[in-house]
Amino acid sequence: MNNLIEGKTGDWELVIGIEVHAQIISNSKLFSGSSTSFGSDHNTQVSFIDAGMPGMLPVINSVCVEQAIKTGLGLNAKINNFSIFDRKNYFYPDLPQGYQISQFEQPIVGNGMITIDLDNGESKNIGIERLHLEQDAGKSLHDQHPSYSFVDLNRSGVALMEIVSMPDMRSPEEAQAYVKKLRNIMKYLQTCDGNMEEGSLRADINVSVRKPGDDLGTRCEIKNVNSIKFIGQAIVYEAKRQIDIIEKGSLVEQQTRLFDPKKGQTRSMRSKEESHDYRYFPDPDLLPLTFTDDFVKEIEKTLPELPDVRRKRFIEEYGLSSYDSNILVSEKETADYFEEAIKNSNPKLVCNWIIGELFSVLNKMNKSIENCPIRAKDLGELINLIDNETITGRIAKDVFEIMLDTGNDPISIVESNNMKQVNNSSEIEAIIDKIIENNPDQVNALSEKPNLIGWFVGQTMKETGGKANPKTVNEILNKKLLNKG
Amino acid sequence: MKKLTELCLYEAREGLLNKDFTSKELVLDHIDKMESSRSLNAFITETPEIAIKSAEKSDLKLIKEENGELEGIPIGVKDMFCTKGVLTTASSKMLSNFIPPYESTVTGNLWSEGAVLLGKLNNDEFAMGSSNETSFYGPVINPWKGSNDKIDLVPGGSSGGSSASVAANIGLGALGTDTGGSIRQPASFTGTVGLKPTYGRCSRWGIIAFASSLDQAGPITRNVRDNSILLKSMCSHDTKDTTSSSKEIPNFENAVGRSIKGLKVGIPSEFFLKGMSNEIMEIWDKGKDWLKNSGAEIIDISLPNTKYALPCYYIIAPAEASSNLARYDGVRFGHSVKSSDINEMYKATRSEGFGDEVKRRIMIGTYVLSSGYYDAYYLKAQKVRSLITEDYSKVFKDVDVILTPSTPSSAFGLNEKSDDPISMYLNDIFTVPVNLAGLPAISVPAAHDSNGLPLGLQLIGRPFEEETIYSFAKIIEDCANFKNIENQWWLK
Repeated sequence: MNNLIEGKTGDWELVIGIEVHAQIISNSKLFSGSSTSFGSDHNTQVSFIDAGMPGMLPVINSVCVEQAIKTGLGLNAKINNFSIFDRKNYFYPDLPQGYQISQFEQPIVGNGMITIDLDNGESKNIGIERLHLEQDAGKSLHDQHPSYSFVDLNRSGVALMEIVSMPDMRSPEEAQAYVKKLRNIMKYLQTCDGNMEEGSLRADINVSVRKPGDDLGTRCEIKNVNSIKFIGQAIVYEAKRQIDIIEKGSLVEQQTRLFDPKKGQTRSMRSKEESHDYRYFPDPDLLPLTFTDDFVKEIEKTLPELPDVRRKRFIEEYGLSSYDSNILVSEKETADYFEEAIKNSNPKLVCNWIIGELFSVLNKMNKSIENCPIRAKDLGELINLIDNETITGRIAKDVFEIMLDTGNDPISIVESNNMKQVNNSSEIEAIIDKIIENNPDQVNALSEKPNLIGWFVGQTMKETGGKANPKTVNEILNKKLLNKG
Repeated sequence: MKKLTELCLYEAREGLLNKDFTSKELVLDHIDKMESSRSLNAFITETPEIAIKSAEKSDLKLIKEENGELEGIPIGVKDMFCTKGVLTTASSKMLSNFIPPYESTVTGNLWSEGAVLLGKLNNDEFAMGSSNETSFYGPVINPWKGSNDKIDLVPGGSSGGSSASVAANIGLGALGTDTGGSIRQPASFTGTVGLKPTYGRCSRWGIIAFASSLDQAGPITRNVRDNSILLKSMCSHDTKDTTSSSKEIPNFENAVGRSIKGLKVGIPSEFFLKGMSNEIMEIWDKGKDWLKNSGAEIIDISLPNTKYALPCYYIIAPAEASSNLARYDGVRFGHSVKSSDINEMYKATRSEGFGDEVKRRIMIGTYVLSSGYYDAYYLKAQKVRSLITEDYSKVFKDVDVILTPSTPSSAFGLNEKSDDPISMYLNDIFTVPVNLAGLPAISVPAAHDSNGLPLGLQLIGRPFEEETIYSFAKIIEDCANFKNIENQWWLK
């Protein structure tokens, strides 16, 4: 695919690398026993350690270590049995210790790779440089008081994984696909909930431009972009900004920038000269983090099926198309829903119903599949009712609507509303005979316009309230009016 | 009968168990002594109410024979240990209003063995200093005075309040912390016994951090046996401190009086300093003779990287301190100067809250960690530290302990060195390598110099072999027959 951007002086190539900060799913923080749940009252989940009280010491939470290893394995990456926690020193009111415990030179996870799936059906490999563990900071609140800033330390000390990609992406779409894929893998692994709105997943995006074949240009880092949509917008804006600067004969200045979603623009936060000297050094309160190969192997055994493998299985096992499979696995919840629904029913039909009816309804209701009012089991049951000719496809749509409204299961809906399909051919034949008798003009016109048979089908369905077995209706009509069959 | 403050810890323990006196009587005598010794400025916070209450509880336990190992024994605690509900200042203006809502592991261990808190002891600000002159609460005065003059002497530092109070018989022992010699040097200056345990022997949880990879809590007492008793109750494996050791904790007291026959003592040639006084050389020689006469073998050894220890220490300790002290920013606790600008608030808070020596070390530490200087200073110092540690591991294949002087001189006068940081830092020349190597070491009073002031000898042991150190220390103690202060001039 050609991703080049046209400028006044010729084509430009975009180079994008991404650092994702992913909050680890764990009950307690990286170095303290405080709870990590979101949305609690300010400063209610803060231990003496999280508040940086004198004499307090960090103790590593082994669950977070396991989660990082799991994620590393999911990214096909090298797991380092020996890694070091460092202190990153800077002053800020929401950083109680005056330093963040992070990993600098020796991270827990090294090089890896993931495959991203693009909308045009192509895929591409993106390199992972590293993954390391670090603490989150607290939150400064500047809108609570006219003259004071407040600090909420609930997040202080929460475990994050910083996942750094190689500068392998060449378009906003690739960048978006990368973050989506990474998020999806972590959701499959249950190591990060991927919730960008709540800040469980944030991306820092490094963008530079160059003429194709040239060396890398000067990059700017766009900090803390918190939606897939904004990632696209920020890159598009930033690329254009940099190209304009260079084409005007100036140089891009290395900067940290912020994306303003309201204006759709990035603006400078600080230049390279203003950047901090973090004075990294190994945290003397913590021993090096070490574990055995066996420990990693035990974790490897617990790895769930990941999206790429699952897609392949959907194609082979259920005979789905590559395109459909991709849609199903691209959100773990959708694939889970699908597999729950097909336990006793036809996979292809279920897939069509999910991608068609269900998605369109969820879209309208602005709901995600986790909050779907129709249980997967019930959707499967509905499809069975069509498949075994208990109801017609038309009636199925009505049943689906009732399921949405009431949450009732399809069998009892069909029972109580008398929606069963009429399969009795003599009953249908009687109705058809009546229609033929009452509409001689249409019957005569048939010889000229064989398509009018559809009108008869419609009339029959109308008479039976949509319940007539469409196959039987077609057979009888063909026999009676077209002398077929 | 002796006055109760004349007793040492093990004598008091015996008296309490024999019901010769109650803990309350013992504690009241010590409170009197503490109050009449205020001219020494050893205590920042006196806690007589807490002491009396604890003593009453201890007396009940003693009656019911449910006593802990330190039941009813009054001790002082260096103000670097967080004590729940009791002001804990690190002798800094920065924490002059700080009352911890938690108890350090080490002090908690003592209270659960029945020890009684007399009060919080003065020290150099954030344990940075060798004379106790950097304290926001003013200097501690050494209860010792030279025979020929009247000037006030420093008690050493940073555990100056601990050493002075024990020398003056205010409390049956005291807790100190030792980052580069802060227990052993003041012990040497005050004729007391001070041990820095192996790194990891005592939990650091709840001790205000100076330099995390070097800090270690330890006991200061009037004799070796007392020291071993106090240490036992301080130690524990603490899961709240990752660097705390899970090694078994022996009954150290059993090692006191154990024979040293056939054991080997190393004498490192690098500890002979140019210009060191004859008196120091003489007591070192005496020490060798005592140990030799008790059946030990004396062996000359070499610790070739000793000369790099002091510069190495003065890079690593300030580097860690600069980061450890970043939390004192006026935002959540401690001294705080309000401003409408956060950077101004930091500047004003830290300028006012920290004293000169602390600022000096924060600046050194920040410098050596800065990009462009990290490799030349911090990284190199870490490499040197490994070499020093290797020196000791090699030597300990051949010897069981190392004998050195504790300090290059006896106690000096107040204000004599306070304007000269380098000469102040040189005080720690014999003690600092031990912290870098994480080893246990003790200072035992060995003699009086010509001015009548105490001088100590240092015994350094293998990691977690405090018992061997105590066996040797007891021999020196017995041979030296050191006389404590006779003239209690400071009493009111």
